[in-house]
Amino acid sequence: MSWSITVRGVTKRFGARTILENVSLNISPGETVALLGPSGGGKSTLLRCLNGLNTFDHGEIHVGPHRLAPGARQARAALDPIRRSFGMIFQDFQLFPHLSVLDNVTEAPRRVLGISSPAARSRAVGLLDRVGMASHTHAFPQQLSGGQKQRVAIARALAMEPRGLLCDEITSALDPELKNEVLSVLEGLKRDGLTIVLVTHEIGFARRAADRVVMLCDGKVLEDGTPAQVLDHPKTERMALFLQRVLE
Amino acid sequence: MSNSWLTLLLAVACFISPTAIQAQEKRPLVCGTDLEGGIPYLFGDKNDPAGFEVDLMDALARELGRPIRRQHAAFDSLLPTLQRGDVDLAMNGLEITPTNLKQADFTRPYYIYRLQLIARIDDERFVSLNDCKEKKLTVGTLSGSSAARLLEKEEISRKLYDDQEGPFKDLVQKQIDAVLFDMPIALYYVVPDNQITHRKKDYPGLKLVGEPFAEGFYGIAVKKGNGALTKEMDQALGRVIRSGELKRILTKWHLWSPDQYRLYTPLRVDENAALSLGFAQYFLLLLQGAGVTILITFAGMALAVSIGLPIATSRLYGPWPLRWLAIGYVEFFRGIPVLLLLYFLYFGLPELIDLKLNPLTAAILGFGLNYAAYEAEIYRGGIQSIPVGQWEASASLGMSPLLTFRRIVFPQSIRVILPPMTNDFIALFKDTSVVSIISVIELSKQYQILTKTYGGFLQIGLTTAALYLVMSVPLGYLSRYLERRWGAK
Repeated sequence: MSWSITVRGVTKRFGARTILENVSLNISPGETVALLGPSGGGKSTLLRCLNGLNTFDHGEIHVGPHRLAPGARQARAALDPIRRSFGMIFQDFQLFPHLSVLDNVTEAPRRVLGISSPAARSRAVGLLDRVGMASHTHAFPQQLSGGQKQRVAIARALAMEPRGLLCDEITSALDPELKNEVLSVLEGLKRDGLTIVLVTHEIGFARRAADRVVMLCDGKVLEDGTPAQVLDHPKTERMALFLQRVLE
Repeated sequence: MSNSWLTLLLAVACFISPTAIQAQEKRPLVCGTDLEGGIPYLFGDKNDPAGFEVDLMDALARELGRPIRRQHAAFDSLLPTLQRGDVDLAMNGLEITPTNLKQADFTRPYYIYRLQLIARIDDERFVSLNDCKEKKLTVGTLSGSSAARLLEKEEISRKLYDDQEGPFKDLVQKQIDAVLFDMPIALYYVVPDNQITHRKKDYPGLKLVGEPFAEGFYGIAVKKGNGALTKEMDQALGRVIRSGELKRILTKWHLWSPDQYRLYTPLRVDENAALSLGFAQYFLLLLQGAGVTILITFAGMALAVSIGLPIATSRLYGPWPLRWLAIGYVEFFRGIPVLLLLYFLYFGLPELIDLKLNPLTAAILGFGLNYAAYEAEIYRGGIQSIPVGQWEASASLGMSPLLTFRRIVFPQSIRVILPPMTNDFIALFKDTSVVSIISVIELSKQYQILTKTYGGFLQIGLTTAALYLVMSVPLGYLSRYLERRWGAK
């Protein structure tokens, strides 16, 4: 079962700068939402607030049945289940370089969920097969290409049997042909009904895969609608300008 | 014409040569002596010391018509210093023994000494050196002295010191069972006679045990082959003896005995009776020293590596009191010399709390505590070199900070940590040579002891160096291998 996400009036400041200002957002179970916007607009910060990698100053966030409160420290009681249920994929992969591909995928299920080693292995082999990495189980991360690394990272997140995925510019560091490897894996996951929140610059991918596009600019939600509404008929001049720049 | 030239030359020669000869004769003599030596030989203010040898030097200078300047050298390096030609003479209770005669020429003796055994006043276990040997008691004395050579020859358990205070300090603190010294030292440190003005009162509760024995002679050492100076000194000393001046000086210092009348006829010691040591014998002794070096290095490093990690993690992740404690530890132990630490652990702890560490334990503990500060910083650097993204990736998989540290961050940091740690291991290996100050006999100290007794600085030195290299070169290769393999990713 996928989880819903509700962001209500979230504000985050960093010193004198306001990074998120009164942001509210509802994401239904199984929905794929693309966060778009200029650099420094707050989209990555918002994404990282969803699993507690960043804290926020006001408002609240509900992820499934769990609530994240504002403040410098989040209660582990809410954080642990959220992190276990929402996988996160990073722009720079962050595979564990000292572990083989297989061990990267089995580490968390074994140590966090307490799954037996053989069970974790067979689950990992299945997932690596799904992302097209079955032939690299014994390789080490530095032997892989960027696209391969990102597919292993996705398998690593899926091994926790998550209810959703948070993707932070996961194709930005990849060459165009490698991007497609990763994006097609992601499209498959969307079809499986996973809730997916992705920060992206790929307008094409947002149009193809996202159910909704949310435009964040200067810490505020500027646009929120279907790809057709936001990308083809932007309400704001700022969005039109952004699209023009990205497509140039 | 030629006649007047000759006259002129003669006149010039007559004018120059007497002053030249005079200048040579009046040149001050430089006498090597241990200014940190001790009562009653030479002690007190370094610029204006007192002691019976100071009085004797003054008397000799008057007889020679040449001033004698004193230059400091540690007791056991007096003869090597003389051999190198840094000083003209050496005088500091130097015994005229066959071994010493191999390194220097000696004048006729100026004092006949005997050795005296010393014990704590309530200790009734022994009355002779033989008792000490049979009961396996440990006897302390000055390194490089004839007492030390006697203990070695008799294979008695011994502890050798670089100064004459150390053995008394350890005897009072029950670190050793007995002290063997030349009678003049025994007199000034042990006999509670208030007419002895400069008597040492720091070590009460000691007594002389048995008769003085093993007679020997103090002489003034002259560089080998400098026959003219030896003769000049011999004659001056003869005049000081015959005038009764030596008797007056020795009486003033409570050292005169009827025995000393034998000084009035010159005595000679046979050079050919010198001890010598075969390669197999000294190699075995050096190997024992190397064993101690290895033990201290491995045990010290194991200790440093084990306590360095909790210090590093306290500094990185601990609550503020723990963090400040860790910072304090690192700054303190990096800031003080390891020598001071060893002194404190060995000599200071028994005064502070009633804890007497044996020298080897003190050495391992000292190096362990000292190096832990450096290892902690290496750990910290290694752990901090792991990108924060690794923590975030682990956290987003639901891994706890402890689990992340144990399984993800620390295993990765090892490749950063290991090369500098191996370097420290080699540094520690060489640093161990300072432990001789708390009388642990490791490789360097063993070399020092052997050469003091038998000479052979070059031959034994090369063997010692070879032993060090055999141990350190493979370590160096290991360190560079680890750096190549793991250092640069």
